[in-house]
Amino acid sequence: MRYLPHTSEEITEMLAVTGHERLEDLFAHIPEVCRYQGEIDIPGPLSEWDLTQRLKRLGEAMQTHTARAVLVGAGSYRHHVPEIVRSLSGRSEFLTSYTPYQPEMAQGTLQGIFEFQTLTARLLGMEVANASMYDGASALAEALLMALRIGKKKTKVAISSAIHPHYREVVRTYLAPGPFEIIELDIGEDGRTDLSGLASVEDLAAVALQSPNFFGVIEDIAAAAETGHELDSLCVTCFTEPLAYGLLRSPGSAGADIVCGEGQSFGLAPSFGGAGLGMFTCRQQFVRSMPGRVVGQTVDLDSKRGFVLTLSTREQHIRREKATSNICSNQGLCAMTAAIYMATLGATGLRDLARMNFDKTAYLREGLLAGGAKPLFGGPVFNEFALYFEQDFTPIRNRLLDKGIVAGMELGRFYPEYEGAVLFCVTEMVEKAVLDELIEEVSR
Amino acid sequence: MIQGPGAQGLILEEPLLWEKGKPGRTAYSMPERDVPAAELAGDLIGDVPDFPDLSEVDVVRHYTRLSSWNFGIDTGMYPLGSCTMKYNPKINEKMAATPGLASAHPLLEEHLSQGILELQFELQEFLKTITGMDAFSLQPSAGAQGELTAMLMFAAYFRKKGEVRNKILIPDTAHGTNPASAALCGFKAVPIVSGAQGVLEPDRVAELMDDQTVGIMLTNPNTLGLFEEHIREITDIVHSHGGLVYGDGANMNAIMGMVDIKRCGIDAVHLNLHKTFSTPHGGGGPGAGPVGVSIELEPFLPVPRVVKTEDGFRLDTSSPDSIGRVHGFFGNVSILVRAYSYILSMGGKNLKKASQLAVLNGVYVRELLRDTFELAYDRPCMHESVFSDKKQQPFKITTLDMAKRLIDYGFHPPTIYFPLVVPGAIMIEPTETECKEDLDRFAEVFKEIAREAQADAEQLRQAPTRTKVRRLDETLAARKPRLRG
Repeated sequence: MRYLPHTSEEITEMLAVTGHERLEDLFAHIPEVCRYQGEIDIPGPLSEWDLTQRLKRLGEAMQTHTARAVLVGAGSYRHHVPEIVRSLSGRSEFLTSYTPYQPEMAQGTLQGIFEFQTLTARLLGMEVANASMYDGASALAEALLMALRIGKKKTKVAISSAIHPHYREVVRTYLAPGPFEIIELDIGEDGRTDLSGLASVEDLAAVALQSPNFFGVIEDIAAAAETGHELDSLCVTCFTEPLAYGLLRSPGSAGADIVCGEGQSFGLAPSFGGAGLGMFTCRQQFVRSMPGRVVGQTVDLDSKRGFVLTLSTREQHIRREKATSNICSNQGLCAMTAAIYMATLGATGLRDLARMNFDKTAYLREGLLAGGAKPLFGGPVFNEFALYFEQDFTPIRNRLLDKGIVAGMELGRFYPEYEGAVLFCVTEMVEKAVLDELIEEVSR
Repeated sequence: MIQGPGAQGLILEEPLLWEKGKPGRTAYSMPERDVPAAELAGDLIGDVPDFPDLSEVDVVRHYTRLSSWNFGIDTGMYPLGSCTMKYNPKINEKMAATPGLASAHPLLEEHLSQGILELQFELQEFLKTITGMDAFSLQPSAGAQGELTAMLMFAAYFRKKGEVRNKILIPDTAHGTNPASAALCGFKAVPIVSGAQGVLEPDRVAELMDDQTVGIMLTNPNTLGLFEEHIREITDIVHSHGGLVYGDGANMNAIMGMVDIKRCGIDAVHLNLHKTFSTPHGGGGPGAGPVGVSIELEPFLPVPRVVKTEDGFRLDTSSPDSIGRVHGFFGNVSILVRAYSYILSMGGKNLKKASQLAVLNGVYVRELLRDTFELAYDRPCMHESVFSDKKQQPFKITTLDMAKRLIDYGFHPPTIYFPLVVPGAIMIEPTETECKEDLDRFAEVFKEIAREAQADAEQLRQAPTRTKVRRLDETLAARKPRLRG
């Protein structure tokens, strides 16, 4: 086996040093009752060729593998990944290194993550960012736990029903063992969160919104922050599409206290939802309550600039059960990839690409409305929107699927009250010709 | 000085991203605009983010230079105890990029997504076979999230039974994530001191275990690299009080095909696919921490679960007792693809061989170094062993000094100062993918460093000197945090 370098002569020589006769003797002290019975019944070893064929077959069993366009977002987005992003993030010095515990031989990772933190904070208009969390959903759950820690005796959090349904499920899972109450806020007619439900709530640690929300609608974060602050609670916002902040007003500038979300859009393949990237930022005053790894700038013995993991007194290897979180890693390579993607776009590219997503989305939305569809909500959107159709949409969607176009996602499975509505997403990867084909099919 | 793989080389400086570039440059190939500009209300529009504009060459040089300051497994030996830094096969990267899998949207209909569902179902079956457990969830994104998932399941299990239990036993050798995960579920950690032999003693567990205690979290082999030989007696004691046993599978790489986790009496275990199953560590992640459970705990596993039916593979959410989701979608699926590829490349036979050779390498290095460094516990060890700096203390040389000196010689240092129960710990885990010559050379170099500790201590205190930066001021970083530019 090519990953196991030992020759049988070497094994014999080594066993002579360790004082054993056979490899099995190394396990002689393991009690009989714990022993594995028989041999591991797993096929293989497969040759590289056979393995490739097997994976190729599985890839081809994904019916959308040859799709021309996937007009579905809802937390996972198809954006073009520039070749330099793929190629640089695949460098084995980044790929095969561990968490940078020995900073002198991990300055590449450390500077790269410091830059990731900086670009993330700048994008979201926030003061500090951590080195990343598992994904957008767990980042939101950790943000709410953080707000509850800051709020000390407070036990309630209010979360918008327009936050991604899966994110809300993860929040419920994380908060279930604690003495916490989750209040769900309704959705107004314009598709924005109705904040009036907060009027008489006491003991509130956080108000949480997603913007753009699950329906693509751009929320009024400034209003939520103001309402939250009046109730002496924090304003937490999350996102599933960070590209939106290449164009939209940042949550930080609108008054949010903790901003987190999913960074998959920034250079990561959808890969059936993972590995993704939890981006996490907060105001400077809360930094010692923040979960997760963080890289800081310092100097070496010669006063030369360098980077280290820092603020580890918040973390579990020192604080153990009193740690701010149990997380002891980050999505390292995904964060590095996102940083490379942000560097590749630059300020100009980010704004242009965001604008292109916005414009293409508006083009499709207007085309479908002109063809007789009705908007689910009237509020402004970025690159997703939801519509109702006069006719049953399922046969239309099936016809388009046969032509290699995945036309939106039915909302009824997540929101029974919006049964029949369809959520669409348009990115730079969808050509106008495809949008026209879709509009024509619907308007027929 | 004897020769390690490390030598002096040319290091290229590279500024921070925003210290280079010029407005108007770009590294992005923008698609042609084929639709008109749409209206957006001015108050929704933000300032352009304060990013640098860089050319493609700027970006390529920047990250290539950064990468040259890093040390990975592909660079050299990385004997970081408890982390299992084995070789990460190249083919697995290509498999994860298989077009139909990498481009798969997570919310499309099941019949459109059969390939990736089949892969996940098979991987669940493989992990069941390897561990002996009854059911698996692949959703947790990392070992620590796997632990948290198991603790949430324990909490749900006792809630369902109507029992109030709020303490949990955790050995003093445990990873810090164990108590942190337990605390998130409202369990108070009750520490158990390991016995004089470095393993848990059943009597101590019997003294502490009662009907208000959830159970025990243990790592086997433990973080001293020792197999918990009394594990079955311990798990029997816990079960006799109605408690549950959590197994931290961080050290699974030592026991594949040799130990059956379920037969040890463990009710829930997490595996680190980024350790035992060779997926790359990526400078800190992403990993994957699937959780395997016994049949009694299966109803509490996260949803959705991938199941096989007559009509193909499905995502099942019909588990009323489930703790719910722990990930926005299905976990770090691209990592699962790599682990699946690794398992099939190895086959059952070579997985067992890998564990045997991992233990051989661990024990071999221990024998080579046993006269040079103080061995924390002199008894049969598994894939890793723990030394300390006790023999070097007379020369005022610490574990840290020796670790830093290893860097100059071209080796990544072992894990240091963990586990906490061994002062000045040096925890060495070579893994099975290192060959005998490299182990011999590592041991020679480490012995040379021990000689230097006597002859030229100052050289060790100044190490490393061949790296991009010298020792860094960590106190300054924590006291005046500068977390962004």
